[in-house]
Amino acid sequence: MKRALLIIAVVAVLLIWILLRPPSADNHDGTSSLRPAPGFTLTDLSGNKLSLADYRGKVVLLDFWATWCAPCKEEIPHFIDMQNHYGAQGLQVVGISMDDDEKPVREFQQQFKMNYPIALGTTQLADQYGGAFGLPITFVIDREGRIVSRHIGQTKPEVFEAEIQKLLQK
Amino acid sequence: MHAADSTNMKTIAPEELVRTLTASKGTKPLLFHVGSHMLYVQAHIPGSEYLGAGATPQGVQNLAKRVATLRKNTAIILYCGCCPWNHCPNVNPAYDTLVRLGFTNVKVLYLAQNFGVDWVTRGYPTARGE
Repeated sequence: MKRALLIIAVVAVLLIWILLRPPSADNHDGTSSLRPAPGFTLTDLSGNKLSLADYRGKVVLLDFWATWCAPCKEEIPHFIDMQNHYGAQGLQVVGISMDDDEKPVREFQQQFKMNYPIALGTTQLADQYGGAFGLPITFVIDREGRIVSRHIGQTKPEVFEAEIQKLLQK
Repeated sequence: MHAADSTNMKTIAPEELVRTLTASKGTKPLLFHVGSHMLYVQAHIPGSEYLGAGATPQGVQNLAKRVATLRKNTAIILYCGCCPWNHCPNVNPAYDTLVRLGFTNVKVLYLAQNFGVDWVTRGYPTARGE
C-alpha cells in the first residue's frame, strides 16, 4: 500500500513539473527564452554603415567567415542564392569577415559577386557572439532580433532554408 | 593551397599536448601558431608564439627566421585550428618548411574540427591577446 502511494506521489510530482516547467532555450517555438542578438555597427566594404539594428523586422543570417576558410567558400554561393530567393520576403544575409586584411576580402567579394553586405569583424564583436575560434559560424536571427540558432562549421543549405522559411512566415 | 594531410605529418592529439604542457618534468616543446592573427588574439595556447599564416609567403618567412638559430632536434609543435583538419591551408606548408630546413622533431596539433571545438570548449588552457 505504501509503495503504491509512493508511486502515485512520484507520478503526480512529475506531471506537475512537466506542466509547469519553463520553455527550453533550445525550443525554437519558445521564443520568449531566446537571447537577443548583440548589436553592432560597422562599416561595410562599400563604405556604408552596417548596423544590425537596421535589419529589425527582417530575418538575418549572420555569417562569420574568412577567405582562407574552405568550408566558408562552399557555403557562400548558397547564401547568395538565398539572398536572391528570399530577400523580397524579408531575409537579409550579412557577412562578417574574420580576415586579417581587407584586400583579399574585397577581391573575394568581387569574384563571387556577393550580393549582401560584408564588413571586417573585430575580436570584440566575435566575443559578443561567444567567440569565433574556428570558422564558419553562422547565426540565424528572427525578425525581433533574437538568436534562433547557431551553426558551427559547414552546414547544409537545406538546414538554413528550413529555418529561414519558418521564420519568414512569422 | 594545400589542405592538411595527416598521412604526411607527425601529429599530436590535444589531450596528449595538454599532458605534456602540464607535466612537472620533461622539456616543453616550442609552440608556434601558424594560422589567422584574428583567431590567435581571441584565444591561443598559453606560451605559443604567433608567426603568421603558414599559407602565406610572409608566414613561411617568419617561421624560417624564427627557427634559424635553433638546434635541428628542437621539439616544435605547430597548430592552427582555423577550419576542419582536412581543410586547413596553413599547417602543411609550415610543416613542410621545417622539414625542408632539417628539423627532425616537429609535430602538428591535430584539431579535427577547429580550435574552438577541439580545444576551447574542452576546457583546455587558453590565453588572449597579442
